[in-house]
Amino acid sequence: MEFPFLSLIVFIPLLTAIVILFLPKERGENARMLALGAMVFSLLLAAYVYFSYAIPPAGTVWAESLQFLEERAWIPGLGINYIVGVDGLSATLVLLTAFVGLGGVLISWSIPDRPREFFAFFMLLVAGVQGVFVAVDAFLLFFFYELAVLPMYVLIVIWGWKQTREYAAMKLTLYLLIGSFISFVAFLILYFQLPEQTFDLRVWSEYIFPLNVQLVLFLPLFIGFAVLGGIWPLHNWSPDGHVAAPTAVSMIHAGVLMKLGAYASLRVGLQILPDGAVYWMPFIILLSLVNVIYGALIAMRQRDMKYLIGYSSVSHMGLVVMGMATLNMDGFTGAGVQMVSHGIMTALFFSVVGMVYDRAHTRDMDNLSGMSKVLPWAAVAFVIGGLVGMGMPGLSGFVAEFPIFMGVWRANGMNYIGAFGLDPSNYYRWIAIIAIPSIVISAGYLMRAVGKVFFGNYDSEKWHDMRPMLAIDKLVLIMFVAILIVIGVYPAIIVPMVSSGVAPVVERLQSAQQAATILDSVQIGAYSLLSLLGGA
Amino acid sequence: MSQEILQTLTWLIPAGPLLAFFLIALFTHRNRTLSWMIAWTGVIAALILGWTVAGYTSTQFFEEPEKVLEHPVQIASSIDWIPVGPCIVEDAGNCESWIDAGVAVDGLTSVTLIMVTFTVFMIFVYSVGYHNYGKPRGTHPGVPNHGKEDPIFSRFFAYMSLFAFGMLLLVTSDNLLFLFIGWEIMGFCSYSLIGFWYAREYHLGPDDIPHIPPYLAAKKAFMVTRIADVVMLLGIVFFYRTFGTLNFSEALSAHSLEAGVAQIGVAAIGIMALLLFTGTVGKSAQWPLHVWLPDAMEGPTPVSAVIHAAAMVSAGIYMLLRIFPLIAVAIEGNPGVGWIIGGIGAFTALMAATIAIAQNDVKGVLAYSTISQLGFMVATIGIGGYIAAAFHLITHGFFKALLFLASGSVIHGMEHGAMHVHDHHTDPQDMRYMGGLRKKMPITFWTFLIGGLALAGFPFVTAGFWSKDEMFAEAFTLMQEGNLTALFVLVMLVLAAFLTAFYTGRQITMTFLGKPRSQLAEHAHESNKFMTIPLVLLAVFAVSVGWSGITDNFMGTSGIFRNYFHGLVGSTIEETMLELKGAGLVAHAIETLPWRWEPLIMSLIVALGGLFLGWWIYGRKPLPVGFADPIKRPLGPLYNFFQNKWYWDELYHTVFYRPTIWTSEQLVPVFIDKGIIDGILHLIARVTYAIGHYFKRFEEIVISGGVDWLKDKTLIFANWTRQLQTGNAQEYVAVSSLIAVVFAFSIVLLINYGWLEKIQLWFQQIF
Repeated sequence: MEFPFLSLIVFIPLLTAIVILFLPKERGENARMLALGAMVFSLLLAAYVYFSYAIPPAGTVWAESLQFLEERAWIPGLGINYIVGVDGLSATLVLLTAFVGLGGVLISWSIPDRPREFFAFFMLLVAGVQGVFVAVDAFLLFFFYELAVLPMYVLIVIWGWKQTREYAAMKLTLYLLIGSFISFVAFLILYFQLPEQTFDLRVWSEYIFPLNVQLVLFLPLFIGFAVLGGIWPLHNWSPDGHVAAPTAVSMIHAGVLMKLGAYASLRVGLQILPDGAVYWMPFIILLSLVNVIYGALIAMRQRDMKYLIGYSSVSHMGLVVMGMATLNMDGFTGAGVQMVSHGIMTALFFSVVGMVYDRAHTRDMDNLSGMSKVLPWAAVAFVIGGLVGMGMPGLSGFVAEFPIFMGVWRANGMNYIGAFGLDPSNYYRWIAIIAIPSIVISAGYLMRAVGKVFFGNYDSEKWHDMRPMLAIDKLVLIMFVAILIVIGVYPAIIVPMVSSGVAPVVERLQSAQQAATILDSVQIGAYSLLSLLGGA
Repeated sequence: MSQEILQTLTWLIPAGPLLAFFLIALFTHRNRTLSWMIAWTGVIAALILGWTVAGYTSTQFFEEPEKVLEHPVQIASSIDWIPVGPCIVEDAGNCESWIDAGVAVDGLTSVTLIMVTFTVFMIFVYSVGYHNYGKPRGTHPGVPNHGKEDPIFSRFFAYMSLFAFGMLLLVTSDNLLFLFIGWEIMGFCSYSLIGFWYAREYHLGPDDIPHIPPYLAAKKAFMVTRIADVVMLLGIVFFYRTFGTLNFSEALSAHSLEAGVAQIGVAAIGIMALLLFTGTVGKSAQWPLHVWLPDAMEGPTPVSAVIHAAAMVSAGIYMLLRIFPLIAVAIEGNPGVGWIIGGIGAFTALMAATIAIAQNDVKGVLAYSTISQLGFMVATIGIGGYIAAAFHLITHGFFKALLFLASGSVIHGMEHGAMHVHDHHTDPQDMRYMGGLRKKMPITFWTFLIGGLALAGFPFVTAGFWSKDEMFAEAFTLMQEGNLTALFVLVMLVLAAFLTAFYTGRQITMTFLGKPRSQLAEHAHESNKFMTIPLVLLAVFAVSVGWSGITDNFMGTSGIFRNYFHGLVGSTIEETMLELKGAGLVAHAIETLPWRWEPLIMSLIVALGGLFLGWWIYGRKPLPVGFADPIKRPLGPLYNFFQNKWYWDELYHTVFYRPTIWTSEQLVPVFIDKGIIDGILHLIARVTYAIGHYFKRFEEIVISGGVDWLKDKTLIFANWTRQLQTGNAQEYVAVSSLIAVVFAFSIVLLINYGWLEKIQLWFQQIF
């Protein structure tokens, strides 16, 4: 048995959470030290995993690209086992989570209200997220998925913004639970179709389900997870949740949790049901297109900084789904890099907003002005984050968005799109053309935020009790900005990892595409309708 | 010099300013002296390296022209940057294909490098004086501190260095993506620099020149160019998808272009060219995206010089020249593309010139003049005049930088006058309050005059004359072949050139001649050495640079003049164009035009006529204080139309800005998000609540109520039966006797009257 890196990454936060809860009340201050220790340790482990992951040769199937595997029997009777492992994409996301988790702990360093419980739940949240990324067993994946959602509720309701926290927490929890429930039901239906009853995703990733099953069950399986990725029109929980959540939770929420949805819908949805994906993705890409434009438009007129970032997340996560919907390597790689880039960028944004809010006690952009004078570090960091958000070359956002648009431009859909009189390749080109103004709109709202909040006149009487930045705040900002710049200037640090993680999915999709294009469009439509009526 | 050394030198050209940016931003921003010295060092390094590299390539060309024509890219080096496609070869980091980062130097790069590095350095020198280095320190960051050293002096040099880095990266890049990166870096820096005086507000009277606050101008510039940039990004994606590489010399070789045409058709190449051209429309401020440039004048004057002369706006033209073979193929295959590019350029040239004649802001005139001159270049590219456009790009870079810096010097002098007389209401940029500055600021006057004459195309001496003449010749030759686009372009450009000379004459006259028309002008005086020395040096170039491109056989003088510029820049794509012509994809290769006297006559007439008219209307007799513009009456309503910039801003505000705001403020968030989506959600929630409510009522009334009813009734019954238990023995006996009697009596009745049989029968019937 190898050294259990991945189990440690998952269980150290979990154990820390338990230990923190058992701390005596008067020593609650120690909670943050424990949490910091756990996060630093898991960051080191995650970095080790990331950098020692050996990129497998081309054409490797997913099951063989997994490394750091650990297998233990759990409920063998049902085919449920404890299996964890990482591929290139999940190793990247594990590292991302470790970074954002560390940033979250640092940013909540001086949280006044019940720090003991806060850090315990925060650790639980991190454990759940890491668990999803490393799970190879589907039951384990669902288990950690729920484990990640529940602490969110508590964290928002207790430590959130007083005005909306109950509403937002309830909305978020209901959306996510219903989403995962739909996915789980679809998954169970598939489970009973398997010849061998197992939850091991490695088996699933090579089994080919009958076409009608794929066509019918893909949508619930994908959409259920995609809710957590903020797909339109089921995105609504996310901005409300961001706004209500305390800073660290917003960071995890937008930075990592939304990637959970995208990751799970890729790993479970696209990888298991490639034919379904080929059939539905041309429709999904329309939803993602709405996400991209719509979120950006709303963000443009928000006065509350957190709503602005929340809706910009909706827009940017739309790009992730759009990248996946291209079904080609460029799009998937871009989507993977976008997950990381957006994760760090949004975490950066929320930490800056948190710093401003803690000092000014308002997030209303019309009331803020000239903050660069007292918070120069925050201003610089926000500007750099903004440049990432608008896809400025030389920063990570460009490394993500450029391949996505290349992928969309190149994507050729299924024959049946031709049935509506649309040329398949032009269909995707129109998508690219319609989507690309979102970059302009992003520039618009980010510039507006920068201009309103950080520049303009500083009213030193109004803000007479402004505190300067703490060293710990600067540390967080430097960490995030450094990652954004490193990825932008030296993309080879991340792109090969991500593309090795998505390559098996793309290959499976491409073989599925070949199979599916043989079928006539009308035939497929009738097929799926019939199966829908007759049940899978 | 060996190839490796040259490659290293080329890589290092942009490095100096980048290093300067980081040094100033991170370490020396508190020390102003050190900051500007570091910025200078960065640019001087770029200047030396750039001129060395350019010198090498041009010497090579003059020594071995055949070899250079064969391999126009003389210095090339690249490294892997973004991995694309699958990267899962045996060892990590070894991907199948990469987007490269690289540098390449050919004829076009060389001449642009010479222009850019020199003008940028001059602007850096000038900036030190412009921000009043060495004077007492100002106390208000974000507003102009007249006569005092700017409080955020170092920041200015940091941004300027980053800006220079962007431009040099763009010029030296060997591929479209790195060109785009430089392009975007400049976009960001222009935002920071135009908004340098971020806290400045204006309190304008009705008669004042309209200004918008710099922070708005910065946002406008950034957003408008950004619109074009994303379209260009699509063009880059299309380009990459078609040619499989972003490298200019690989993708735009004749072979690759032929393959591209065969693959996607010449119409799609046309679309690609237009997508990329949109980037130029934004960056080089062509109609309909020209609106950002005049407002960008809100930045400090060195910024105007660097953005509007040497670097950013030139970048758009430079990009078009870089992809010229693609443009040429697109135009040849689709006449519409030629009409769009040539038409937009020619229209912009004339439109901006008409606006410029009615402006009173000394920088405003130059702003519209820049738009107009860029229109000249775009129009020339639209009809295939590669070398003429490149030549005008270079000469314009020199003389327009000179004009901006000289106008900045004028403003500085006027501000000095304003401080002297404590007048803070008169706009120091307003030409109506100038006049007579010739004597007050002699160096500024003479250099401005040289720049102005170059802009107007004053014959035989100035650089502007030679480049404009070449553009006319290009258009004229094509027109004679029956090219209608060329005819249109020629007519528009000749008109625009006339107006150019006219507004230049007007500007020089209003600013420098006559008598001072305000106390400001009365007390103005010459600027400091930091500012005047760059003016003089630039003036030398504004004249001499034109001599490098005198047409062969000028005035029939064969062999006296040699068109060095034509040879060097033409070498960049000469072979490619010949091969394309051979393949039938373009009609004209890079040809030396026969010398004609008609375009020369046109140049002479418009330049001299315009200048004279400008002087004659405004300078015959000194203009009085508070004069009405003499052209206002003859032009009538047109004058207002011109002065208000053809109302483009108002139009865009109504057509684009307001609907977008409405969409994002009302339609999407309120109507769709809160209305429909949240509405449905809340409806579901409400229905669920309602169902729950009725279940609750059911629970309360039927289930709980039923049980309660039963309970109540039982209790009542129990209460009633309890009354029987009185505890009285007599009553018990009495009741028992009564029951016994009734019981006995019933049995008797049942048996005797046959009731028992009846009941039995009844039971039998039922079961």
